[in-house]
Amino acid sequence: MSSMYRQLIVDRYKAPLFKGKLENADIYFHDANPLCGDEIEVFAKLDNEGKIREAKFDGTGCAISQASIDLLLEGIEGMTPDEIMELDAEFIKEMLNIPLTPVRLKCALLGLKVLQAGILVYKKKQEAGKD
Amino acid sequence: MIRTTEILKDFPILNTKIHGKRLVYLDNAATTQKPRQVIEAISKYYEKRNANVHRGVHYLSEIASEDYEEAHVKVATFLNAKGMEEIIFTRNTTESLNLLAYSLGLNELEKGDNIVLTRFEHHSNLVPWQQMAKRQGAEIRFIEMTEDCRLDLASAEKIIDDKTKIVSITHMSNALGTIIPVKDVSKLAREHNAYMIVDGAQSAPHIPIDVRELDVDFFAFSGHKMLAPMGIGGLYGREEILEKMEPFLFGGDMISIVSFDNATWNRLPWKFEAGTPNVSGGIGLAVAIEYLEKIGFDKIHSVERELTEYAHERLGELSFITIYGPEPKHKGAVVSFAMEGIHPHDIATLLDEDGIAVRAGHHCAQPLMKMLGTDSTTRASMYFYNTKEDIDALVESLQKIYKLFS
Repeated sequence: MSSMYRQLIVDRYKAPLFKGKLENADIYFHDANPLCGDEIEVFAKLDNEGKIREAKFDGTGCAISQASIDLLLEGIEGMTPDEIMELDAEFIKEMLNIPLTPVRLKCALLGLKVLQAGILVYKKKQEAGKD
Repeated sequence: MIRTTEILKDFPILNTKIHGKRLVYLDNAATTQKPRQVIEAISKYYEKRNANVHRGVHYLSEIASEDYEEAHVKVATFLNAKGMEEIIFTRNTTESLNLLAYSLGLNELEKGDNIVLTRFEHHSNLVPWQQMAKRQGAEIRFIEMTEDCRLDLASAEKIIDDKTKIVSITHMSNALGTIIPVKDVSKLAREHNAYMIVDGAQSAPHIPIDVRELDVDFFAFSGHKMLAPMGIGGLYGREEILEKMEPFLFGGDMISIVSFDNATWNRLPWKFEAGTPNVSGGIGLAVAIEYLEKIGFDKIHSVERELTEYAHERLGELSFITIYGPEPKHKGAVVSFAMEGIHPHDIATLLDEDGIAVRAGHHCAQPLMKMLGTDSTTRASMYFYNTKEDIDALVESLQKIYKLFS
């Protein structure tokens, strides 16, 4: 019926692979979009080389926001926080591979924004630890 | 149904295609479409009659002023006000309510007074009063909602008291469609000498309004929700009160005599219309009212009732749909609903792909949504130009969406 809702998006919304919580996560952030009630919480743990070993999310919201974070967490395994900070809207658009209207692009980007906010908090803590 | 070929001809946009599909426009509580007559009146004004109003002595200024004043007269008759001096043109309902919040709020509200609203208010009849209450040390009270999403009059009797300075309530909930028995509330306001204000943004397009019969002091409405252009709206105010009230906006046109130190105010309604007004909008509004009156509000009401009942019946057949709000007989042509396991934004996007325009979200009524236990709903809102085929198209598309997600 729809190209914005290709099967992969609907599947990952209904049965996400990365939904859950992590204890003692290195990276954590929680944010919501009050306008639509979308809510995402992100957890990530790093390995000895400082790369993403495991990531999870929890939240509620539309299929686009929830499938987008689920696919994103799949894609970032093995990446460094710095590499994740480089990711942008273009990356998300390519990853989802669906035509997004400007309004719905915001839904798609919510997960990345939350993850990157978590990394900024993590980096600040690291820097504070060095002093 | 009254969507005849003639009406279809009057609304060019209803003949357009969206994503290759016939447009099914069910977002009328947000804004209605505009008939050719309104669009042409605006073009004609700019092509042949445009000039700034009042003060001008040249021909164009005089006819523009006349047209603009006549538009006030038209609105006065439409609301059954005493005359044009009781009709202030504003941008929209929000501006009308802000006018009252500032003028009455700053000059009349005192510490310990209370303002009474309902749980149904749109943010535009909530936030201005919140701000004034904070500034003046007044309290805001809410008339409760019953379990079947109607106004709980018993709670109104409890909370409206001698400390109530202002009662400001919606006439029809934009989120749920609930029609509020304004007259019952204004009776209580009268008993306690409170100002009685009605937010008529959703009612004026659908129900015949008689401000004297409703016995209210103020009635605010928007033109764009009743076929008129955006950027024009109005406020009815009782003359005796408007005479005493302080202006809201100061500047040109609202004055009588100005010195370097002081100023006196123009006569009504101009005392409340500072600056160059939206003349073409006012003219468009008058033509919109003529159009609605030609169809007739009784007809509009009966068509909309039939559509709302039909929508309830058809949506009621779908096990995965929950309808919010009261029974059709207690509301206007609004159907707010949720769909099991699917977010309203996904529903609205998928309906759009079928050419169906609805609204999804909190409908500028976040506290009300919270009371209903949700963040957002999907809302289909009808007008006289909608048909049962539009509802059928909605139902068919919702079935497809449910299938896609199951």
